[in-house]
Amino acid sequence: MAKLNMVKALNLALLQEMERDQDVVVIGEDVGVDGGVFRVTEDLHRKFGGKRVIDSPLAESAIIGTSVGMALYGLKPVCEIQFSGFAFQCFHQIENHAARYRMRTQGRFHCQMVVRMPYGGGVRALEHHSESEEQFYAHIPGLKMVIPSGPRNARGLLVAALRDPDPVIFFEHKALYHAAKEDVPDEIEALPLGHADVVREGRDLTIIAYGAMVRVAREAADTLASEDGAECDVIDLLTVSPLDRETVVASVQKTGRALIVHEAPKSFGPGAEIAASIVEGAFLSLEAPIRRVTAYDVPFVGFARERASVPDVGRVLAAARETLAY
Amino acid sequence: MPRTPLEPRFSVEYLSILDSDGNLDSALEPDLSATELKRLYRAMLLGRRLDERMVRLQRQGRIGTFAPIKGQEASQLGSVCTLRESDWMVPSFRETAAMLWRGWPIEKLLMTFAGQLEGCQPAPEQHDLPITIPVGTQLPHAVGLAYAAQYRGDDVVVMAYFGDGATSEGDFHEALNFAGVWHVPVVFVCQNNQWAISVPLKKQTHSRTIAQKALAYGLPGLQVDGNDVLAVYAATKEAVDRAREGNGPTLIECVTYRLGVHTTADDPTKYRSEEEVREWERKDPLTRFVEYLRKKNLLEDGLEQEVDAEIAAAVKRFEAMAPPDVLTMFDHAYAEKPPELLAQREEVASRLRSPDESTAAPEPPPSPPMRGQRKTSRWQN
Repeated sequence: MAKLNMVKALNLALLQEMERDQDVVVIGEDVGVDGGVFRVTEDLHRKFGGKRVIDSPLAESAIIGTSVGMALYGLKPVCEIQFSGFAFQCFHQIENHAARYRMRTQGRFHCQMVVRMPYGGGVRALEHHSESEEQFYAHIPGLKMVIPSGPRNARGLLVAALRDPDPVIFFEHKALYHAAKEDVPDEIEALPLGHADVVREGRDLTIIAYGAMVRVAREAADTLASEDGAECDVIDLLTVSPLDRETVVASVQKTGRALIVHEAPKSFGPGAEIAASIVEGAFLSLEAPIRRVTAYDVPFVGFARERASVPDVGRVLAAARETLAY
Repeated sequence: MPRTPLEPRFSVEYLSILDSDGNLDSALEPDLSATELKRLYRAMLLGRRLDERMVRLQRQGRIGTFAPIKGQEASQLGSVCTLRESDWMVPSFRETAAMLWRGWPIEKLLMTFAGQLEGCQPAPEQHDLPITIPVGTQLPHAVGLAYAAQYRGDDVVVMAYFGDGATSEGDFHEALNFAGVWHVPVVFVCQNNQWAISVPLKKQTHSRTIAQKALAYGLPGLQVDGNDVLAVYAATKEAVDRAREGNGPTLIECVTYRLGVHTTADDPTKYRSEEEVREWERKDPLTRFVEYLRKKNLLEDGLEQEVDAEIAAAVKRFEAMAPPDVLTMFDHAYAEKPPELLAQREEVASRLRSPDESTAAPEPPPSPPMRGQRKTSRWQN
């Protein structure tokens, strides 16, 4: 057991899986000698060499496209897209090919690969370095979309993603990389994909979040407990797609009220799918309209205005109080 | 016809061995046995005859949209025949003849163009990717396959096909660049058939040749008469051998012509002249190869009938197949079906179990009249 931040925890997952499985290769821009711009692949190049930890030319489409080819051959590539904002240059390789090869060939080929991407705001970065764009991937059949919220689940989910036979888009929130340290077991630990975690229990309101918004949701829940006497279920989705509807619906059946928090823009975002699932599964339990606290429906606002757009504890509290009072 | 430099500043060669008038450069004539020559011709003929048949099947509504290969038989077979079974072939969507050579059954090709996913399923030990439709996007896959083969230490060469239009795509650039940097065993075979639907080569690139694009990536590039099966064979054999020996990738530009439509949904009379097509018909790859074989006394009687019978039997088997089971559409989205997918599958299954429901999509209801629409509207008659 060691106290690790999320960067070190992800690095541990890669290191241990690469030691265990020769077919795991790492590819991306600056992932080799430099260890990645966020240091997630640090030391892997030294340990495993340039054939397994590939400093690729600067081209997102070919990073994913060649990884598709490697996966079809039987390797298990872990691609790093330096920032999720650049992934539109490889989006077609993800959507047209990685997600579809199993279907297209009726199971003859599949793409066991993980695409890691740092995402999210709060790090005073320029355009294309702060966005949350998980909804695009969550919408694609054939993909899984995973977003950890802390060091230990980041490690466990990355291990599971590496072992998953289907392509996994793995978002890592930049603001969480160094935010906190957690005890992470030395022995390999895999967290099953598709399962949400109820990180706080209560009977009055369900708050659903993932990634960096889990901390915001928990802080709001703490305040609601101390100031309002209201107890919340806080659900950390961990896997956005496939969505753990069972956990979400069971919670709302108990609380009757739901609030969804995400950093992606509101319209057609993950919150819409989550809300629809609640309506489908817990309609008769609902005591109030489902609320969403999200980024606004505007393109990148610049970090000088970012705090006004990315959900914070104050906005979550206000929405929660309205929901509770309804 | 010796190899001659096209541009003094470049080292890009053009290779022709058997020209459209039947002249042979015997110094460059590849060493192919009688059996190999006969097999090549049979494959070219099968490619041509199946192509013509598939266009008719589409016209009759028995298959869907199809992209014919007519005119490109030499480019495809002269190249694909240099591969071993253990090598990999990465097609675009206009490689029917090459796919037949690689062992794809005619039925699977028919199924593919009849909208059945099963048609794109390679056999268990077959080292081929299925057709790729988004132009050029298969090229990075070929490079990845080659990288993986090299990583595992396997004796494998990858051959990737694409057209002149694909060379304008970013993925073409990225794939050749990665292949050069990684020095992987890939042979890029461009079938420059002069037309990307309605856009001619001169609007596709200002480059004098496609072959010379290789130079920018540090690869050898060679332009070859793509209607000369002997030249295509000689060029690709050299490239495949070079790749197999660990000497990296090659770009080969086969200069050929799409004698037919882009797809069965296309009308080329809108954008190109009859004269141009006739000029290229004179350079038909089969005509000159037939003459070459005739001189060698290698033409076999009854081959056309034999090939036609093979096609007819396959069409018969294809049409006798049971319609695809709709429920299997849920089987290969994921290795393991998530709960929501199981629920969706059950919804379809229960609809199928219901005696009142059929698998066919329901007829759309008649459109209601538009609000405010007057009965005497000029849109009604």
